[in-house]
This record gives sequence, C-alpha cells and structure tokens, in this order.
Amino acid sequence: MDVSSAFGAAVSLIFSLDPQFLQIVALSLRVTLSAVLLAAAIGLPLGAMLAIASFPGRSVLIVLVNGLMGLPPVVAGLIVFLLLSRSGPLGALSWLFSPTAMIMAQTLLVLPIVIALTRGTIEELWREYREHLTSLGLTGWRAIPTLLWDGRFALATGILAGFGRASAEVGAVLIVGGNIAGYTRTMTTSIALETSKGDLPLALGLGLVLIALTLAINAAAFGASRIGARFAG
Amino acid sequence: MKAMRDTVSALPLHVDNLSFEASGKLLLDGVSFSLPKGGVTAIIGPNGAGKSLTLRLCHGLLTPRSGTVRWQADSAVIGKRRHAMVFQRPVMLRRSAHANIAHAVSAVGATGASAKASAALARFGLSALAERPARLMSGGEQQRLAIARAWALDPEVLFLDEPSSQLDPGATRQIEDIIASLAAEGMTILMATHDLGQARRLCQRILFFDKGRLVEDASAESFWANPKTPEARAFIAGDLLW
Repeated sequence: MDVSSAFGAAVSLIFSLDPQFLQIVALSLRVTLSAVLLAAAIGLPLGAMLAIASFPGRSVLIVLVNGLMGLPPVVAGLIVFLLLSRSGPLGALSWLFSPTAMIMAQTLLVLPIVIALTRGTIEELWREYREHLTSLGLTGWRAIPTLLWDGRFALATGILAGFGRASAEVGAVLIVGGNIAGYTRTMTTSIALETSKGDLPLALGLGLVLIALTLAINAAAFGASRIGARFAG
Repeated sequence: MKAMRDTVSALPLHVDNLSFEASGKLLLDGVSFSLPKGGVTAIIGPNGAGKSLTLRLCHGLLTPRSGTVRWQADSAVIGKRRHAMVFQRPVMLRRSAHANIAHAVSAVGATGASAKASAALARFGLSALAERPARLMSGGEQQRLAIARAWALDPEVLFLDEPSSQLDPGATRQIEDIIASLAAEGMTILMATHDLGQARRLCQRILFFDKGRLVEDASAESFWANPKTPEARAFIAGDLLW
C-alpha cells in the first residue's frame, strides 16, 4: 500500500468511528489523564512545599527533581516493571501488564515535571507574597493554598507539559503494559506495532489523532498563559 | 466576649532597646519608644536609617536580635492581632480587588469575608473596581486597595511603609486624605516616610532615625520649629547625612 492511499484509509478510519480504533484512543486518554491527575495531586503540594521550605539538602533535592524531568520513559517502565514483577515488592498486587501499571509508569514520568515546575512557579510567587502572607499569619503550609491558587495559570501550563510528555511516550507503557490487543494497547504502542507489521492506515490514523491532541494541548497552554497574563498584570 | 475584645486596647505599644542585625551588620541599635493610642506618628530619616525595619519589627515580621516589642494587651489576650501593615510596594494577589480583601479577611480567621470586602471597597471608593484584577489597577488604586485590605481586618494600629513614595501628586493627596480620615476615626497610625512635607501635613509626632538609632522623639510642633540634634537640623535643611 502506498503512502497516499494509506493516508486516505487513515482518515476514513478516524471518521468511521471504528470500535477497535476508538478503544485504543480511549485507553490512551484514560491512562494518560489518570497519570496526570495523580501526578498533579501529589506533585502540586510537594512542589509548593519544596518551594517554601528550607532544610539541609534542599538544593540537592531540587537538582535531583530537575534531573528526573529527563528520565527516559523506558527506564521509568523498567522501574515500575521491577516493582510489579512477581518477585518485586508489589508483585502480590498482580498489576503488571494492566492499565494500572501503565498509569503508575506514566505518573512516575510526569511527577518530576509537575514538582519541578511547581517549585519554580511557587518560589517566585512566595518571594513576592511572603511579607503580605506572613502579615496575615499565613506561614509555612498555611501559605500553600493561596500560592497554588495564584499560580494557577502557570501551573496549568506545567501540567499540560506533563500531559504532553505522557501522551507521546511509548517505552514505559510498552514495558509495563505489554501491548495486549484490546486491553493495554495505546496509540503509541499501536503505532510502533502496526508500522512494523505494515498496517500503515491504522498507524497513520492514530498518528493523526496524536498530533491533533498535541496541538490541542499547546492551544490550551497558550490560552492559560494568556488568561494568566490578564491577572498577573 | 466580643464586647471585651472591642474594649480591650492593644495599646500602648512598648518598644524597648530594640536591635537588629543582618549578615553581621548592626542595622538597628537600641531603639526605645512607646506608642500610645491615637494620632499619626511619622518615622523619618535618611535611607538606611532603619525606618522600614522598625515597622517590620513592630509588626512581628522580623525577630529582633535583642530588645522587645511588647503590646499592652497582646493577641493572646485580645484573641486576634490588632495591627495591620501596608507595604511600600503593595502586594497584590493575582485576583480581583474584592477577592484580595476577602482573602485577607478569611486568612485572619474572621467571618463574613465577602461582605467585609464589599464594605471596605465602598469605604475607600473602589466599589466600581471590585471585579478588576488587582494587578491591572493603577499605582494609586493599588495603594488604596492595600489600605482598604488592611482596614477590613479591623486593626487598632496601622503600620504604613512609605505609603505614597511610588505615587504621583494626585494619588499621594488621596492617600494622605485617607490617612487623615482613618486617624480622625480613632485609628493609631505609625508611618515611615521620606517625604518631609507629608510628615508635616499629617503627623503629630516625629521619630527621627539616623544610622539605625532613634535620634529624636518629639512632638511635630517642636521638631519642625526647634530640632534638638544637629543630625535632625541637617536633615530638615536638606543636607545629606554621612
């Protein structure tokens, strides 16, 4: 099959709402959204604490978290694989080769991004707000809700960056999910598999959806920073 | 209980032998004064004299190296902090004007935040700007909002750090009118200023600082007419102090 007819077949696959195709897209979104939500729930407060706390080893921790932003997805997958494998510490849960394992691996990938970007945003805000909040008696952890809310637009951009990274990666979900048809097959693992098998329409169709998703994420990030600028003055 | 809170005064404030140092440098050296109820008191002096530092120590934002800041009745007795502070560059949260005030009211644990915020906006002529993002307001409006926000906390004492140093003459005039009216309503005001004209217009008492020491503590009348120290005489005459 040549490329132009594959392209045509891919477009018709998208608009025919093929159930197998939709199922893959839905699983990808479910895994990535769950991972991003989890990472935000853990990473926003942790990042804010890291921003305003002072303790020995803080600089080392900041460098470590920043470094983990570049954690290779296959390594994240390997770590979760070792945790969940039958002889691993969480082996008894039997989560390996399931969507849950994939969510864990992607959470591990997104978490450093959320923590690092939150730390940067909140540290800057805290410098500016510190005296006012201290004057109101909001010190330590009591300042965190105010800081997170006032950093909401910058933080949304950081979370979207995490979403972008998770939705595009293939290594982690492939290792811990196993690319099982109808169960743990995502857009990225399908593209890898179908391309090697020669099923270009499915690979291309999923690729188009991924690109559209990336564009949508960037549009949302752009919108968030625009709205944020209105409040930031 | 509420009646008692309203009648017990936090004042006078007793500042005793206050010193502060940063990175090994003595920035405030043995400052003592007391602040009775009522009136507008100015802290004046050249840059680096310790004006802002004194306000921050009184407000409890900084911990002195030695010496004490003692309220006649402290917040443990009264049940809440009775002093508020407005900074030289007002800190505006990334929210509307109304939300800025409501946030402060809730932060100190008071009830009726939204109603108090609306009342404060109305009191300072900011009702039309209630929903405006605070950081998009003009410098004069921001400073008025900062004062409204402090006022909404129902303080007995208001600390003002250079309240109009960043403002044009019209906005400065507005801020001075506000300070005068707050004083007329019985609020006790301690303000740092480097604007001698402003100190003359507003203040009944002058604390003149130089190089981290309180050099002269006098009524405004006697300070302007007859400064006791050569430093104060030189400062009023517009000479630079070294």
